[in-house]
Amino acid sequence: MAGTSHRLSFERPIYELEARLEKLEAKPQQTPEVRNEIRRLRRELIELKKKIYGHLKPWQTVEVARHPDRPMTTDYLELVFDEFIELHGDKCFGDDRAIRTGWAKLDTYRVMVVGHQKGRTLQERSTCNYGFAHPEGYRKAIGKMRLAAKFHMPVICLIDTGGAHPGIGAEERGQAQVIANSMFEMSRLPTPIICVVIGEGGSGGALGIGVGDRVSMLEHAYYSVISPEGCAGILWKSHTFKEQAAEALKMTSKDLLKLGVVDDVIREPLGGAHRDHHRMASKLKLHLRNYLRELVGRPIDQLLQERYEKFRRMGVFLESAGPEQQAPAEQPQQPEAEKAAQPVAVDL
Amino acid sequence: MMKRAKRGVPEGLWMRCPGCQQTIFRKEAEKRLGVCPECDYHWYVPARERIRQVLDEGTFEEWDEYLEPTDPLSFVDKKPYCERLKEEQERTGLRDAALVGTGMIRARRVAFGVTDSSFIMGSMGSVVGEKLTRTVERATEEQLPLIIISGSGGGARMHEGMLSLMQMAKVSAALARFDSAGGLFISVLTNPTMGGVAASFASLGDVVFAEPKALIGFAGPRTIKATIRIELPKGFQTSEFLLEHGFVDRIVCRRDLKSEIARTIDYCGK
Ligand SMILES: [Zn+2]
Repeated sequence: MAGTSHRLSFERPIYELEARLEKLEAKPQQTPEVRNEIRRLRRELIELKKKIYGHLKPWQTVEVARHPDRPMTTDYLELVFDEFIELHGDKCFGDDRAIRTGWAKLDTYRVMVVGHQKGRTLQERSTCNYGFAHPEGYRKAIGKMRLAAKFHMPVICLIDTGGAHPGIGAEERGQAQVIANSMFEMSRLPTPIICVVIGEGGSGGALGIGVGDRVSMLEHAYYSVISPEGCAGILWKSHTFKEQAAEALKMTSKDLLKLGVVDDVIREPLGGAHRDHHRMASKLKLHLRNYLRELVGRPIDQLLQERYEKFRRMGVFLESAGPEQQAPAEQPQQPEAEKAAQPVAVDL
Repeated sequence: MMKRAKRGVPEGLWMRCPGCQQTIFRKEAEKRLGVCPECDYHWYVPARERIRQVLDEGTFEEWDEYLEPTDPLSFVDKKPYCERLKEEQERTGLRDAALVGTGMIRARRVAFGVTDSSFIMGSMGSVVGEKLTRTVERATEEQLPLIIISGSGGGARMHEGMLSLMQMAKVSAALARFDSAGGLFISVLTNPTMGGVAASFASLGDVVFAEPKALIGFAGPRTIKATIRIELPKGFQTSEFLLEHGFVDRIVCRRDLKSEIARTIDYCGK
């Protein structure tokens, strides 16, 4: 894959083994011994990737989710959809490049895609503000979703942001208000909504396009109430505790599936999505197709009722009948065990 | 998310007003519902005191009093969340950061919620989200006007991780149903209303009131300063700033809050 030379420190053994393998493969004389060695190293490489990627620490997951080579919304627009017609602007202030919206085709489905865009090159990144959207981005997103609903098109939201932009203009133009309004409107939008966290799920900026009938995550994405750095800064009073914070916040796909926050985890190619955009895209496509098949055509009343109940269930607390009852009925309102234990829907 | 350690009207006969730095006679400020007689600075008001100020005397009937927070993530930072909860409960006399129920405002029955910004910075975890959601649902069923007074420097509560963030969606979804059913929601913003609380129910009022000079916004001023590295303009993220930029209907002084709410209910025919 053509990409940056960005190398995560915990991936070093992988790169070292790949370099050895490359050197052998480049040898002009391929003796049986060399061919055997190549085969052995290839097997070893697979095992190594499995070992490293099978036991990522939460902070390492964050690093993978932020990897500059990781496929982003525009990559999926190219690889998953047959066509993409971008629709710009919030009809009020501007066209936020941190969120892309437009019509797309997936097989026979006409859909509205809404996705955060971080950008890959330096210039792209600065144009789309590294994926940190302003109020006009969220206003554009909800505007296009309403357009989709009017013409009975399902909505697909690809979430990949460090958060909503913290800045003077963003506050002046109502960052809090637009995010609140997005959730409010998405919860009753009369068309199917499928959300997938493809990289970073940064707090309110992610949730601002994250209320749907199905919410899934890629295996090495993260989704968190606050960035690990931000959490460390507030609770540990120092950013150096980001690894502990990442651990404590339970932000990985595995943890969130258990907590019932996401419905599914979409497995990534061995060694992470940044190693194979095409395979990742085909897995995502299969996943989206399954959900579209399931949700399109479902009566809207039922769809909205189920969407309401899905979010209604979230939260864990204790409830007792009051002081007259001696022992409080310690009934944590947890997502049903069988739901948490459900296997992932898509696993190629 | 931001941090703030203001604890309301301090002990002692005299006190210094954070607004004008004047020394104020404590009894005088209390008589004025915790408002500085010199500069109109609005102090923090504990949730129970707020109920006494806004609802007709003796009419408050609490709902879902026995919802208690737990520690679903076994969250530990410098101390375990379960210990922090116990300490906050002992210190404030509250089970969590919100009180909800029903009561009368000038003889008009309402569904009422208030968050207390001193309980883990008034942040919203599962209990605050659940209590508010139930209140919205009950207001929908019983066709009551809904009043929520917000005070939260903390936004979504980090210690409950994503479960806290999801409360924003949960309450907002309940409010959308209330709205579709024709309900009237008056949201009152007090100092401070930030982060996930500002970015959910607090901003979704049909009518939004703010107390004067409250800090209201999405990102904390320190986060913004650290990100953009320039000085923030004077009066940034105050009630007056929000009024000027079109996000608040009216700035309402504490002494007028009750009558302003009653009048709004009458105008909306609720
Ligand atoms: Zn004063």
